[in-house]
Amino acid sequence: MDGTLPRPISLPQMHAPHPETWLKTTPRGLYVEPGDFYIDPTAPSDRAVITHGHSDHARGGHRHVLATAQTLSIMRLRMGDEAGRQQQALQYGESLTIKDVTLRLIPAGHVLGSAQVVLEYRGSRAVVSGDYKRRRDPTCPPFDVQSCDVFVTEATFALPIFKHPDDKDEIAKLLQSVQLFPERAHLVGVYALGKAQRVIMLLREAGYDAPIWLHGALVGLCELYRSSGLDLGEFRHVGDMPKSGLVGQIVLAPPSAIEDRWSRRLPDAVNCAASGWLRVKQRAKQRGLELPLVISDHADWDELNATLDEVGAPEVWVTHGREEALIHAASQRGIRTRALSLIGFEDEDPV
Amino acid sequence: MKPFSALLESLIFTPGRNAKLAHLRDYFAHTPDPDRGWALAALTGALNIAAIKPAAVRQLAESRSDPVLFRWSYDFVGDLAETVALIWPEHHDDAHVAPALSEVIERARIAGRSEAQGLLGDWLDRLDATGRWALIKLFTGSLRVGVSERLVKTALAEFGQVSIDEVEEVWPGLQPPYRELFAWLQHGRARPQVDHLAAFRPLMLAQAVDEADLRKLKPEDFCAEWKWDGIRVQVLGGARQTRIFSRGGEEISAAFPEIGDLQGLDAVLDGELLVRIGDQHGSFNELQQRLNRKTVSAAQLKQRPAFVRLYDILFEGDEDLRSLSFEERRARLEDWYRRRVLHMPLLERFDLSVQLPFKSWEELEKARQLAASVNAEGLMLKRRDSPYVAGRPKGLWFKWKRAPDTVDAVLLYAQRGSGKRSSFYSDFTFGCWRDDAAGNAELVPVGKAYFGFTDEELQQLDRWVRSHTVERFGPVRRVEPALVLEIAYEGLRRSSRHKSGVAMRFPRIARIRWDKPASEADRLDSLMSRIKD
Ligand SMILES: [Zn+2]
Ligand SMILES: [Zn+2]
Repeated sequence: MDGTLPRPISLPQMHAPHPETWLKTTPRGLYVEPGDFYIDPTAPSDRAVITHGHSDHARGGHRHVLATAQTLSIMRLRMGDEAGRQQQALQYGESLTIKDVTLRLIPAGHVLGSAQVVLEYRGSRAVVSGDYKRRRDPTCPPFDVQSCDVFVTEATFALPIFKHPDDKDEIAKLLQSVQLFPERAHLVGVYALGKAQRVIMLLREAGYDAPIWLHGALVGLCELYRSSGLDLGEFRHVGDMPKSGLVGQIVLAPPSAIEDRWSRRLPDAVNCAASGWLRVKQRAKQRGLELPLVISDHADWDELNATLDEVGAPEVWVTHGREEALIHAASQRGIRTRALSLIGFEDEDPV
Repeated sequence: MKPFSALLESLIFTPGRNAKLAHLRDYFAHTPDPDRGWALAALTGALNIAAIKPAAVRQLAESRSDPVLFRWSYDFVGDLAETVALIWPEHHDDAHVAPALSEVIERARIAGRSEAQGLLGDWLDRLDATGRWALIKLFTGSLRVGVSERLVKTALAEFGQVSIDEVEEVWPGLQPPYRELFAWLQHGRARPQVDHLAAFRPLMLAQAVDEADLRKLKPEDFCAEWKWDGIRVQVLGGARQTRIFSRGGEEISAAFPEIGDLQGLDAVLDGELLVRIGDQHGSFNELQQRLNRKTVSAAQLKQRPAFVRLYDILFEGDEDLRSLSFEERRARLEDWYRRRVLHMPLLERFDLSVQLPFKSWEELEKARQLAASVNAEGLMLKRRDSPYVAGRPKGLWFKWKRAPDTVDAVLLYAQRGSGKRSSFYSDFTFGCWRDDAAGNAELVPVGKAYFGFTDEELQQLDRWVRSHTVERFGPVRRVEPALVLEIAYEGLRRSSRHKSGVAMRFPRIARIRWDKPASEADRLDSLMSRIKD
């Protein structure tokens, strides 16, 4: 992804300004002062760079939005006119100069179109990674490791109790349960962007080739993924399908649909959900899930720490999540750390 | 271990009875012997392995992880077994092959407690997160996965296509890992035989009752007895030996050879194990000197000889008496007692719990007030027509406890709860007054309570603690000694482990005395004077 630019130097040059002098925390988010733009701002802004389409990162009402083409089309699908008056697409790896800052977007491995923002200013380099994961995901290119002076990381699953299991084993559990309860439907709560499509792809890879049924809120994004070239196999809108037609079927819906009356249209549904939080059984139990699937689009504890080591930045800033634990662990390895208390980000996904 | 931990996980998440049965049947059908038999034992509470204390598990986990991260993780998860299971470092190499359930249990059954701890660490290294969680649950004896013994037997019956009554009938004669049972259910082999005088039967338990509940019941339907303050036992009197089991089915015969050595009782009996001091029965504290010991000294046997105060009979010889009414069983018990016991030496080992005649609840209430004076915890009420039903059936047997003793103590420390209550100060340490060496009054801790209050009172206490904190150490706050709590408890005992010299049984907050000044709380010497030695 990085063919054109020189390798960054591991320490800032004597005269290179420290990123904290030009990359600033403000009430509306991270602000790149010499380029006069925000990254994932939480309030309408003049110029916004958006890492990915999740609603706590991609908000509406900005004047100028810069993101990958996939993120822009996700934003248009989700918020129509609010997606930004001017939209500028940037390919992974392509560089762009905004005032005194050079910027590139590189894959974050989180969801379709998700990107890390690589910023360079007078010989100093910072990477704002947004949300990311390190596991293979058939729906998006893998996280790209980019060395830098300051690495800005999320900390959603930053406790050593979070070690995501192999997603193949989780999908196998789902398929086993479908076999054990052939007279029931399996309702899987999934986040509409990313998780839904990944679960579909994993089912396909496991050899499940029956149609997969979707709640209306998931159809648009699945079509968008399909038009970007991903073969999700056959999916159908649940719509008015009678119960008898859904016996033995797998149905995907937003997590909230599990608790509301929507799920009553299914034949004796086995309530499932796919999320990294479900590794904690108490949480899964509180949500009344019968089959929790531990599948996450975020890095787990080991992956967060390995990423800091691979990126090798002498300084790490930690945004949303369990900052204190990641800072504790990174500091012990001699990494300078700082908690960025950004507001407006969900430190727990909906599921 | 993997199929077993997956089964446990499915069972805790599955709300529906039919779905639970499906998981159990599936497990029995697809798991070979002896693993499925050990799983059956674990699910029905028939497993006897050295229990490891949660504190030891915690210590083990802390030695393998960063203590700060462990604490934060525990705060987040709220459950110790699960925190340890999740935080335990993972090994993904060929040297760490997961053990089979049978390997774990067969090894653990012969291991002592300290050896079991070493084994636990080794096995944790070889399991995945769910396997670790199941293993810890198994070893800390907290395997509650929401299935009753009855449900498991129903699954067995469905699996073998036999009736549940047939399973119940053979059950008491079976031992883990139940090879003959599965041979019968799966392969149509002979139905296992039962020796009634050798198999522990789950006890029939009583529901708690109070004056208000009693008014809905007719006095003439019930028999009354004292509720003794020993321990409930089942005595299995076979031809050559007599075995004693505690309420939970744990065999304690070895600690009570004066009963264990008896022969030819030819009955299964229900009663209270007590010790005799002089010509009276000793307090629970006296009995405790004999419990939890592997062997017993000659001096103990002489000073505190044990005996069983009988109140029910389940079998005589091969005859199952459990479906008879309580009145009929009582008559059979008295008859058995006359024939078998009324000659030496059995007379010293058994007596009959007296029946208390009464006409009205008011009359019985007077007896209840005398309970403390005869070393009884209260009264037992048994419906005259009640069959002997395992478990805690509704409406048949009741315990009517004597009014608890209370003490007014001053709140000293409060500690955050865990899990659901982790955002509240919900563990309260309280103290009583005494004079220090210089003759000044000081408060000394006498106990700790973490329940007895309503949710609303918990919030009030939490608020009070936060606004009266003097000092903080981690999750604990020392508060101004200004709030009086009325503490109810079930018993007192001298203790050299406690600074105050006294240990309380089952303390809980009966009332918050917002009105009472701390200076009027009770003194330690008045508490000590209540101890019956
Ligand atoms: Zn995201
Ligand atoms: Zn996020």
